[in-house]
Amino acid sequence: MTDRGERAAGAKEILSVQGITVVLSGREILRDVSFAIRPGEFTGLIGSNGAGKTTLFRVILGLQAPSAGQVLLAGRARSSRNPLIGYVPQKFVLDPDMPLRARDLVGLGLDAHRFGIPLPSRARRALINENLAAVGAERFADARVGELSGGEQQRVLIAHALVARPKLLLLDEPLANLDLRAAQEVVALLARLAKELKIAVLISAHEMNPLLPVMDRIVYIAAGRAASGTTAEVVRADVLSELYGSHVDVLNVHGRVLVVAGAGDDSDRSEVGQHGHDVVVPGLEIVS
Amino acid sequence: MSGSSLHGLSGAVFALLAPVIEPGFFSSEVVHVAIVVGAVVAIVSGTVGVFTVIRGQSFAGEALGDIGTTGGSGAFLVGVGPLLGFLVIGVVAAGAMEMIGIQRARGRDLATGMVLGAGLGLAALLLYLDSTVHNTTGATFTILFGSVFTVASSTIPLIVLLSVVVLAIVFALYRPLLLSSISAEMAAARGIHVRALGGAYLLALALAVALASMTIGTILSTALLVGPAASALRLTRRPSHAIALAGSIGVAAMWLGILLAYDSFSWPPVQTGWPVSFFVVTLILIVYLLSGLPRLLRTRTRAV
Repeated sequence: MTDRGERAAGAKEILSVQGITVVLSGREILRDVSFAIRPGEFTGLIGSNGAGKTTLFRVILGLQAPSAGQVLLAGRARSSRNPLIGYVPQKFVLDPDMPLRARDLVGLGLDAHRFGIPLPSRARRALINENLAAVGAERFADARVGELSGGEQQRVLIAHALVARPKLLLLDEPLANLDLRAAQEVVALLARLAKELKIAVLISAHEMNPLLPVMDRIVYIAAGRAASGTTAEVVRADVLSELYGSHVDVLNVHGRVLVVAGAGDDSDRSEVGQHGHDVVVPGLEIVS
Repeated sequence: MSGSSLHGLSGAVFALLAPVIEPGFFSSEVVHVAIVVGAVVAIVSGTVGVFTVIRGQSFAGEALGDIGTTGGSGAFLVGVGPLLGFLVIGVVAAGAMEMIGIQRARGRDLATGMVLGAGLGLAALLLYLDSTVHNTTGATFTILFGSVFTVASSTIPLIVLLSVVVLAIVFALYRPLLLSSISAEMAAARGIHVRALGGAYLLALALAVALASMTIGTILSTALLVGPAASALRLTRRPSHAIALAGSIGVAAMWLGILLAYDSFSWPPVQTGWPVSFFVVTLILIVYLLSGLPRLLRTRTRAV
């Protein structure tokens, strides 16, 4: 079945997040978050630091039980080890002394849950090479992962997540430590993989602009609540103001979107403060 | 360095070494036991040590070794072999560390430190009783700094059995252990039970340290655990190669240490032989220092 055919047929949702609420030690981290994504779609989970993005990922991965709501993967309740999901964690730091080549890390993506030592085989090697090639990592396949640049490490981590043929790729802030150019390359790579492999890509970021050219869908998260849809549907002053519970403006400057908190109103400011948010909200770029 | 000069060098080393091997070395039963036990223990320590270093649990390894003093001195007091004491106290201490919270990065050093303090307090008492009741300080020295020459040949089967158990744990858990050592999050996301895995590894570590304590003593057991592994990590790019190299370095240091200790019976100032542990630990240190050279040379070249 082709991608287009699936969409025309109403498309089976690969991930369905339904009314997820998470309360941790009396504090509400997520409130009634719902959205769904389909194969081949590139979705950005956008929100400032502390908005609840990582918690939502942990719920999707089954590492955090929700207080209410459920997560369905390909229409079923998730199980503990779900081969449908490939995951790239936030803040991946590896010591340069760690004896682990890029291809070893990709190999672990294939069979890290198994007992025993990986037996070298032609098929295993071919599969690893294929996935290294898919992310453009052949050049540093035999280098130590800890000695690679941030962008190169992201590529290897993506290959690690891809090699088990997941239907959903979750990436937690993969652009956080990358320079602009490396970030653009990683985004372009992910968009290409989503279309070519027909997998759903869900990527969290505190800045939406690098993702704007490729995002099919946005899940905007603020104060533990989420709005989802196309960027045109979600990134609007009325939708985001309701989400934040205070007035925000959405500005379009030279093709970049800036979301600016309404700083004129004292009550709004206290509302923002209550939820522990910065006044600088997602999308806002500091222009020198 | 050209091939011929390398050949000449190794020839010279052998020429120097030949008269150094004292007569009777290869016919002594004590030496045989030492060579077998030393090699087995070095392989186990090197294998477990690679994971100890990459998981950043060297302090836990050191603590488990030191606490072995309590078990060893207790065993001497009641008149059983030291290995039993090392094993019992090692497993108990590992369990206590696990319960206090060694798996959380923050709780880790605290848990280790608490257990270490409690264990060594008891060791102070037991060592005091050992030396007063039995009126000897020899046992204290053997427990703390070891002597592979005093291992009874009857304990070889138990040492080999335990070594097989430890290696079986590490190789069975090789892949999950490696991934969880790289990123606990990535391992958990794949459904790996990170906590249970950490507990199983800690048990393997406690057993490996108990075995190492038999040869070079409780205080120095960490050197055999961490030294060869840390050197191997610098010299290889693959985890499997690091394990093989760490074991090899350990065995080489152990055997050369045994040879030098045997020879040292004819050395000044006292003609009773120097402790094996001194040689083994010194050789491991030398290898570790040399293992930094390739990288040092590389960065030098890059800078120029």
